[in-house]
Amino acid sequence: MVLNKKMLRLGYSSALVAVMASLAACGGGSQTAAPDAGTTETAAGSDVSGSVLVDGSSTVFPISEAMAEEFGAVNPDVAVTVGVSGTGGGFQKFCAGETDITGASRPISQEEIDLCAEGGIEYIELPIAFDGLTVVVNPENDFAQCLTIEELNTMWEPAAQGTITSWNQVRSDFPDAPLGLYGPGTDSGTYDFFMEAIGADGESRGDFTASEDDNVIVQGVSTDANGLGFFGLAYFVENQDRLKAVEIDNGDGCVAPSAETVADGTYQPLSRPEFIYVKQSVADDPAVAAFVDFYISPDNGYLVDEVGYVSVPSEINAKVIDRFANKTTGSVFNGGSPIGVKMDEVL
Amino acid sequence: MTPLSSQSTPLDAGWDIEQKEVLSALGKRKAIDKWFSWLALFAVVFSLFVLVVLLADVIIDGAPVLSWNFFTSFPSRRPADAGIVSALVGTVWVMVLVALFTFPIGVGAGIFLEEFVPDSLIAKAVEINISNLAGVPSIIYGLLGLQVFVRLLFVITQGRSVLSGALTLALLVLPIVIIATRESLRSIPSSLRQAGFALGATRWQVIRSHVFPLALPGILTGVILALSRAIGETAPLITIGALTYIPFLPELSLRGLQSPFTVLPIQIYNWVSRPQTEFHDLAAGAIIVLMVILLMMNATAIYLRNRFQK
Repeated sequence: MVLNKKMLRLGYSSALVAVMASLAACGGGSQTAAPDAGTTETAAGSDVSGSVLVDGSSTVFPISEAMAEEFGAVNPDVAVTVGVSGTGGGFQKFCAGETDITGASRPISQEEIDLCAEGGIEYIELPIAFDGLTVVVNPENDFAQCLTIEELNTMWEPAAQGTITSWNQVRSDFPDAPLGLYGPGTDSGTYDFFMEAIGADGESRGDFTASEDDNVIVQGVSTDANGLGFFGLAYFVENQDRLKAVEIDNGDGCVAPSAETVADGTYQPLSRPEFIYVKQSVADDPAVAAFVDFYISPDNGYLVDEVGYVSVPSEINAKVIDRFANKTTGSVFNGGSPIGVKMDEVL
Repeated sequence: MTPLSSQSTPLDAGWDIEQKEVLSALGKRKAIDKWFSWLALFAVVFSLFVLVVLLADVIIDGAPVLSWNFFTSFPSRRPADAGIVSALVGTVWVMVLVALFTFPIGVGAGIFLEEFVPDSLIAKAVEINISNLAGVPSIIYGLLGLQVFVRLLFVITQGRSVLSGALTLALLVLPIVIIATRESLRSIPSSLRQAGFALGATRWQVIRSHVFPLALPGILTGVILALSRAIGETAPLITIGALTYIPFLPELSLRGLQSPFTVLPIQIYNWVSRPQTEFHDLAAGAIIVLMVILLMMNATAIYLRNRFQK
């Protein structure tokens, strides 16, 4: 027993000392896999090696994960890691130079443009997918087939708080049924975009059920006969049996959200682009370049569709590829919102 | 009550009344007693019921995905191919390191504060502060870890590495370990220490051969409970930038300490928020794994306690 304890103690403390000592020793060493050379040819090739640090939006994460997985299968020597810090958190790290690529569910904001300028980080903005924000109601709801942007605004604007509580206040021929609203939390990019798109100036009433987890919104609307909520198209597609999507009338008639209407630009104004921002200084790094080429290649658009988003139409995609090839820096939105911006024209 | 009651009738009468009162009050007290025990039983049954429902729900969803493949695969966009190997290895890495850091520092600080520092105002202030630290939200530790371990100590930690994560979680649980150590030491009767001193032993000798061995079971329980808290933490690790997708494992060397990582709670969180139900089942599977690890840690605590108590 005594011997046992002594040995235990000895082993323990020596292990600790060893760990501390060698950590300090190899602290100055270079990272395991961080090549600086640019000798290997660019584009996809299985002899590329290095590491790519991806972070950012949780909305973009499934796409980046799918890309990293498939890319890793062809380029086993490139270590692509993907984190989730949210769009804002991602830009904080990106502008501090801590990541190579950051995903964003909205364009870079003016504050973040300034932050990156301060950190000396130049970036290449690449739209990589589209998502259609889908307004959903309970399947039992047989009256709200189609809603106009004004009606959505009536429901959600800050002034509606406490006053718009019944469906018939939204449109007079709707029944007098209590209006149950569900939506993402106020710090999500989805919330920002939706409120901006319906003209609520990026702000909404406070008395709705907010959840950071879209599955909670699915749950809420599917159990509340008079409920209404919104989230990304993928969450509707997966729950079609218990939710009904509302068509959106932007003045040109009712359009139902679907991969087709999002891709051809008719589902407006609730279609939004998803982006990756690539740090310009590493865009020549063979590993990063190979990964981004893979990411924006039209051959891999199927991965975007597979994880529930809408791949970028080919004419826009060609411009995205040009943009990366020319290493065009800066944001086409200049810190503004992407609503009403035709990606085809600005790129 | 007077013992001379046999003489006067009024007193007799009074005694009778009192007896009645006592008896009726006794009945009431017994009823309260019974009522309370039912209430306590209900509390136990209710909480067990909730636990059983939760467990059943998780096991029904998660058990089918538990396969060898689940333990050996990296995360994938295809639920059928996805696994937890990176998260599981990351969790084991981090927990081992947290234990290595917190045990000597936490227990050492506890012993110092309890046995060596005279009762003074400063000691009291330190004590209150440590108790407060135990209640600080974990995300605050994440922000601290991000600034100190990820950014300032970049040369040693290489940024968002296993080491940074472990150090951050170690900070988070240190107050708990210190408090548990002190409580445990406090429960050792001071007569034991005085006997040691009376025999001419130094403070170190008394602690080393008498107080500490007796307090060890309690200390170990405290340490393992603290680790059980750390293993479920997500927020501070997300804050310091633990990753979600990594296609490789940290190598089993000192370099491995500086490699990026992910842990089970982050993987669970990510899967739960996906739209596809298949991912929710994977999350349930990962929850089962995390729970088994937790139960194993608690079992270890009980085993160690029994072993050292002999």
